[in-house]
Amino acid sequence: MQTPQNIDPRTVDYGAVPDEKGHFGPYGGRFVSETLIAALDELQTAYAMLKDDAAFQAEFDNDLAHYVGRPSPIYHAERWSKKLGGAQIFLKREDLNHTGAHKVNNTIGQALLAKHMGKPRIIAETGAGQHGVASATVAARLGMECQVFMGAEDVKRQSLNVYRMKLLGADVVPVTSGSRTLKDAMNEALRDWVTNVDNTFYIIGTVAGPAPYPQLVRDFQSVIGRESRVQMQTQTGSLPDCLVACVGGGSNAIGLFHPFLNDHDVAMYGVEAGGYGVETGKHAAPLNDGKPGILHGNRTYLMEDEDGQIIDTHSISAGLDYPGVGPEHSWLKDMGRVNYVAVTDDEAMDAFRALTQIEGIMPALETSHALAYAAKLAQDMDKDKTILVNLSGRGDKDILTVADIDGITL
Amino acid sequence: MSRIAARMKACQDRGRKAVIPYIVAGDPWLDITVPAMHTLVDSGADIIELGVPFSDPMAEGPVIQLGHERALANHIGLSDVLAMVAEFRNKDAETPVVLMGYANPIEVMGYLAFAEAAQRAGVDGVLTVDMPPEEASESNAIFRQHDLDTIFLIAPTTSNQRTEKICSMATGYIYYVSLKGVTGAGHLDTTEVASKVGFIKQTTDLPVCVGFGIKDADSARAIAKYADGVVVGSVLVDGMGECVGRNVRDDEADLNAESKPFNDNEKDLFASKINDKITSIVSAIAAGANS
Repeated sequence: MQTPQNIDPRTVDYGAVPDEKGHFGPYGGRFVSETLIAALDELQTAYAMLKDDAAFQAEFDNDLAHYVGRPSPIYHAERWSKKLGGAQIFLKREDLNHTGAHKVNNTIGQALLAKHMGKPRIIAETGAGQHGVASATVAARLGMECQVFMGAEDVKRQSLNVYRMKLLGADVVPVTSGSRTLKDAMNEALRDWVTNVDNTFYIIGTVAGPAPYPQLVRDFQSVIGRESRVQMQTQTGSLPDCLVACVGGGSNAIGLFHPFLNDHDVAMYGVEAGGYGVETGKHAAPLNDGKPGILHGNRTYLMEDEDGQIIDTHSISAGLDYPGVGPEHSWLKDMGRVNYVAVTDDEAMDAFRALTQIEGIMPALETSHALAYAAKLAQDMDKDKTILVNLSGRGDKDILTVADIDGITL
Repeated sequence: MSRIAARMKACQDRGRKAVIPYIVAGDPWLDITVPAMHTLVDSGADIIELGVPFSDPMAEGPVIQLGHERALANHIGLSDVLAMVAEFRNKDAETPVVLMGYANPIEVMGYLAFAEAAQRAGVDGVLTVDMPPEEASESNAIFRQHDLDTIFLIAPTTSNQRTEKICSMATGYIYYVSLKGVTGAGHLDTTEVASKVGFIKQTTDLPVCVGFGIKDADSARAIAKYADGVVVGSVLVDGMGECVGRNVRDDEADLNAESKPFNDNEKDLFASKINDKITSIVSAIAAGANS
């Protein structure tokens, strides 16, 4: 097989990937137990049929417009750009979506799929709780039963979102196996799905998991990049010079990047969680400091030890605290189409405070990683250059964490 | 003829249903595993499935998850498991050993390096739970070159067309999963098992062994009517955990607290309890399957 490292990224047809088996070069695929294959086949068949179905797309677009509030605006952070003294920073305001983050674009799409497939029950995994809230929201709206699996440690750390999910009528199941975090919640959701496959639809929250999830989540999130291409040309007269987005599993990043992949002059930066610093090993940056392996149904870069056991990750932001990453990112990394970098907890906190105080926009801690890297980039670029950052979520959910860092009890 | 094929043939010639116990390597401590394997054989095991511990065993129910966690507390890796098989082979050159686990530890070791080491250690077959046939052609070829049988799962939801494809890639035996769900779940439906196993047997000459949900003599008897062998896992793994007082998850325990290693006195005491426990479970299953 031709290795991605030897491919010129300007010659790739990005619309033709993944292949019919869900492979992005050597990454992706479908590494699951035989017990899950029929469910994935059923989903793949349904999605292949509905993807190009005009009525389904119209229903999706209608929900995005009237329920989510799309298109989300692009805002020129003029004061912050001026302070940094370099390139002009623009923000794609996914934080203004219903439920406060990009996650809902995908849960709307998958819940519509569930409805068309006749599945009355949905399950989801969640880390910080944003995807759980977005899933519980669409379940409430469509009158579906909803169970959300969440690591017991995250249940403790994210009590606000746990309560939001309960108010929305979802059943939140604390997962006490393994490291009791997002990866274990995903294991547990997969186990539930195997057991209840007849009536249940599993809404995966990111571009990871077995095929066809990485593709279908990407397709639903690509509305971010499609809107951005048009908006930037309208507002600035050209495409941005750089795109920046944070990467945990990588759904907001791929959503922004994918429609620009064939625009060879647009540079792209995916920002991973550097935790206490990549050199300390205490981070969640598999593309910067991991190796390819197999977890949760796909081959991708992972945080693992020499025996192939998945290791604990650390990030200040629960939403980036995941040992894997979407397989398409692994492929884009190896080809060199996207640059994957990392910023530390402290750098993310500085960016959180800067944007809050200078622009009056309080970003999620996940998003703050992208902002921190954009600030670094901007300082080394000319004033007539532009950077578009995906402002993937709002920071209200994080104020308890921030207060804790400041030594304040609310 | 591979050790697995020879053993299955010997069973069939005697009209015997193969008894296939599953334990997790290194559970609850490293050097209990080889003596436990010998005890399994003495109690009636025809083939041993040895679980390779993995941090994210996504097809397992809570009982076997705990077995993996107990083994990982002892930092058991794939190379330790291979060393156990080599040690087992010093005293037992006959009983086939199948490694059952997840893809990532093999991926990290490298498929060729693993196959060479497994062949050297005396492993007979490999069942990689999360490596379905679509992803397995490369590893299958390597395993075959090293005389390792490639065992695949077939599930109640597997279509007839897929069943044919899986049978064409499998050697050793077919592992039929008797129910929808994870390991150790309840509600066996013997009518469905009968019809599905019937179809598999029309498709292939390979023996069909059935697992997931067999916990005692009665369930073994019910399944053995239709199958060439029965696999028993959760009840054994739970029994071993019970012997050391660690078969119930403590949800409140501090996650970062290392579980206390057993001292020599505890090991002596627990080893004899484990010996009795697995003897009684496997003898009962063997008797049930062949009654």
